[in-house]
Amino acid sequence: MKTLFVVSVLFIMSIKTNAQRVELVQFGRLQQLLTQPSDTTYIINFWATWCKPCVVELPVFEQINQQYAGQKVRVLLVSMDFAKDMVTRVLPFVARWQIANPVWLLNEPDYDSWINKVSQRWSGAIPATLILNNKKRKRIFFEQPLEFNQLEKELRDFL
Amino acid sequence: MKNMKKKFGIALVAVLALGTAATLFFKQKNAEASSAGYEVGATVAGFQLKSVDGNTVSLADFKTQKGVIVVFTCNHCPFAKAYEDRVLALDKKYAGLGYPVVAINSNDVTTYEEDSFENMKIRAKDKNYSFPYLFDESQAVAKAFGATRTPHVYILKNEGSKFTVQYIGTIDDNAQDASGVTKRYVEDAVNNLSTGKPVVVTTTKAVGCAIRWRDA
Repeated sequence: MKTLFVVSVLFIMSIKTNAQRVELVQFGRLQQLLTQPSDTTYIINFWATWCKPCVVELPVFEQINQQYAGQKVRVLLVSMDFAKDMVTRVLPFVARWQIANPVWLLNEPDYDSWINKVSQRWSGAIPATLILNNKKRKRIFFEQPLEFNQLEKELRDFL
Repeated sequence: MKNMKKKFGIALVAVLALGTAATLFFKQKNAEASSAGYEVGATVAGFQLKSVDGNTVSLADFKTQKGVIVVFTCNHCPFAKAYEDRVLALDKKYAGLGYPVVAINSNDVTTYEEDSFENMKIRAKDKNYSFPYLFDESQAVAKAFGATRTPHVYILKNEGSKFTVQYIGTIDDNAQDASGVTKRYVEDAVNNLSTGKPVVVTTTKAVGCAIRWRDA
């Protein structure tokens, strides 16, 4: 009954705020994005709902999303929350903060099998952000929170 | 709004004006940060930290052991929490074989109150930690090791009071579900070391909570 209530509330909230649904994905999906020959610049941020510096940084990505809506720039927020926390934590969080960027929950617990494929320079700590444009063969990786000016400056290098 | 945009524009120009030099400096700094710390084979410098039981623990205290399983961890991080029972199990299994666990919390407590020394004491007591839980208040030990996240494990081998790094990485291949583990990196490494064999997988990576550094 409680679950039904939570689900109903989430459903109503999702209508009201037009919040994104969160996709549960595996690494293959992300790898496709990392390797496809696209001339879109992707900003891929690795975060989690419980990670304070990550959460503080999220508005920066929302702002980029708004300001670069007309350009070939896409933000993707990849949550490192545990898959079991999807309904109890991740969906309510995304709804509450009205996150407009697409959110994936990467359910791939064998981290060592894929971290280096995102970046050799990534130790695994979050927040971490990868900016890439495969057509331009350009990538830059940050294992640290970014501020708006800094992110935009880096982004301009890609456009 | 227009004014704000203008101000923002000026700020942007200012940022751009800092230009290449700043970018280069930043990238340089970034590269240094990621390459700092011990690599496998390195000799570990001695350290001395206060433990939750009120004692001071130093690396030299383990000179009669075959080695040490150093775990950078903390109270607040969900990954650290998910591994807590497994760290206890490691100590239970390997302390008797000469490889005890030493847990170190290096997080800045102004960001995470849950990681304060008082809360470390409570956690260690509640969970009946069988190993020392040390507070790296100055963060010097985490920096010397090059630890970046929690949990982050360093297995040390002791040869005549000289401690060398034999493994750096994660505990196993499934943080979320202990029953879904297929690769036990730390156990494999210590099993090999304790039978005089070299460690096969010497480094692994895992997603973890970034160790929060104090503002300089």
